Amino acid sequence: MNSDLIVFLVLSLVAIATALGMLFSRNAVYSALFLVLNFVTVAIFYLLLGAPFIAMSQITVYAGAIMVLFLFVIMLLGAENLAPTSDLPWQKPLARLLSVILVVETIYLLFSRARTDLVVTAPDASLNTMESLREMAMELFSSYLLPFEITSILLLVAMVGAIVLSRREKGEK
Amino acid sequence: MDWTIWLEWFLKGLILCLILLTGFAYLTLYERRALARIQIRVGPNRAGPQGLLQPIADAVKLIFKEELTPGKVYRVVFLLAPVLTVVPSLILAAVIPLGTSFTLFGREITLYVADLNVGVLYLTSIASIAVYGIVLAGWSSNNKYAMLGGIRSSAQMISYELSLGLCFVIAIIMGNSMNLNEIVNAQKDVWFAVIQPAGALVFLIVTLAEVNRAPFDMPEAEQELTAGYHAEYSGMKFALFFMAEYQKMIVISMIAATLFFGGYREFWFMTDWFGGIFSVDRFWFLGPIYLMLKVVVLLFFMIWVRATWPRIRYDRLMAFGWKVLLPLSLILAFITAVGILLTDLLGNPLIIWGVPVLSIICALVAVAFIYRDLRRKSHGRV
Repeated sequence: MNSDLIVFLVLSLVAIATALGMLFSRNAVYSALFLVLNFVTVAIFYLLLGAPFIAMSQITVYAGAIMVLFLFVIMLLGAENLAPTSDLPWQKPLARLLSVILVVETIYLLFSRARTDLVVTAPDASLNTMESLREMAMELFSSYLLPFEITSILLLVAMVGAIVLSRREKGEK
Repeated sequence: MDWTIWLEWFLKGLILCLILLTGFAYLTLYERRALARIQIRVGPNRAGPQGLLQPIADAVKLIFKEELTPGKVYRVVFLLAPVLTVVPSLILAAVIPLGTSFTLFGREITLYVADLNVGVLYLTSIASIAVYGIVLAGWSSNNKYAMLGGIRSSAQMISYELSLGLCFVIAIIMGNSMNLNEIVNAQKDVWFAVIQPAGALVFLIVTLAEVNRAPFDMPEAEQELTAGYHAEYSGMKFALFFMAEYQKMIVISMIAATLFFGGYREFWFMTDWFGGIFSVDRFWFLGPIYLMLKVVVLLFFMIWVRATWPRIRYDRLMAFGWKVLLPLSLILAFITAVGILLTDLLGNPLIIWGVPVLSIICALVAVAFIYRDLRRKSHGRV
């Protein structure tokens, strides 16, 4: 048993525990904090796989920017302790049914596709250099230029949409 | 893996933490003395010669102060928040190179804790984590003023992080690497602050906002928010927030020195003086000394700003961040990239000097916009 495996097992326990903590917390702020921890553990998974760039981006974007905005909104609205509402009576049974289906599918796939001859190995640690970052950028701006540009246009559209929605019309108080 | 490597990492981390903690203690004294000097006062000069023992007196006072935990706080988060504020400020320094390397007992000891190839990204990610401590302190105190301080600080830090990231991009483009060591080595010929003076200035302004220093200290705003997010904290817990703020000042000065002012290197024109006795390449111990001198100068800049400028109003702070600094830093990043590309393509090294000229022009345009905006007419009540 090598050290990577031990780290992986401990981290996966933490990841599952934080995910459950997020689901079952009564307080929305605690939920958000559990989610932050979850994102950080995922980032460490990326580090284990030899992808420091993605790990750091994960922390910056998800744990840093997005979750702070979540917390910000929760605090601003004072929505920490929302009373359980029952506006959608069909929602709970449906959610249970769907989650059971998901679990059954996962187990089925796990056992039907599981093969002993297929060994998954972590990427070569020598990729873990500046060169790989440069290569990634090259790929991103040459082979995957179109998806990259489309993504940026999508983000631009979202931004314009937010501005239009929050803009005050002329003459409106 | 060799156990000596673990020992080396451990010792280097420990020494870095001790440097930062001592630096924090004496930065408080430095700031109080410098502020007093600017305001024609004397400042603390009673404890020890020139007040040199004042930090120890302060520490003893804070340790023995009564520590109150208000009744209706969210206890776990309330205790966690100071820790979450201090830890990022300490680990942020891990990737900053303090010098080159020296040989001890036959092994090469490098003067940095970690040599990450994504060093700059590490800085942004830890800086973005640092917001949590303040936000959670504000929320868990269960106090309106503390909460307002926390919300203000999260909005402010998120807004200014964009410009901060773009300033990082400028340094990355010029250094052609995300590794801080390589960025420092790329400044061997000329500092990046000479090629991109406006970028360095924007970086300094943004870092003031990131560490919540005057004139951007809205989260604390003593007059309106009774000290903001740490209003309910006392004793050592308050001292931790205090410590985090000053350590962040030190670390961010180190980052600014590394990215724009040549890091641990000497002035680029001093390399050949007197047969190179001022050069870091010749004497490794000059590296930390140069870095410390640069940090002291940058810290003086921060203290000077605090002593001379009033706090700016919150809406103007946000407008300044989004409408002035963000477009300005975008344009600066663009100018830098184009300048370096053209220099490479045309092979004429003089083209690179178009970058400082254009960037200063852009900065002047931005200043003109601020000036126009600040005129009384445009802010009259409707």
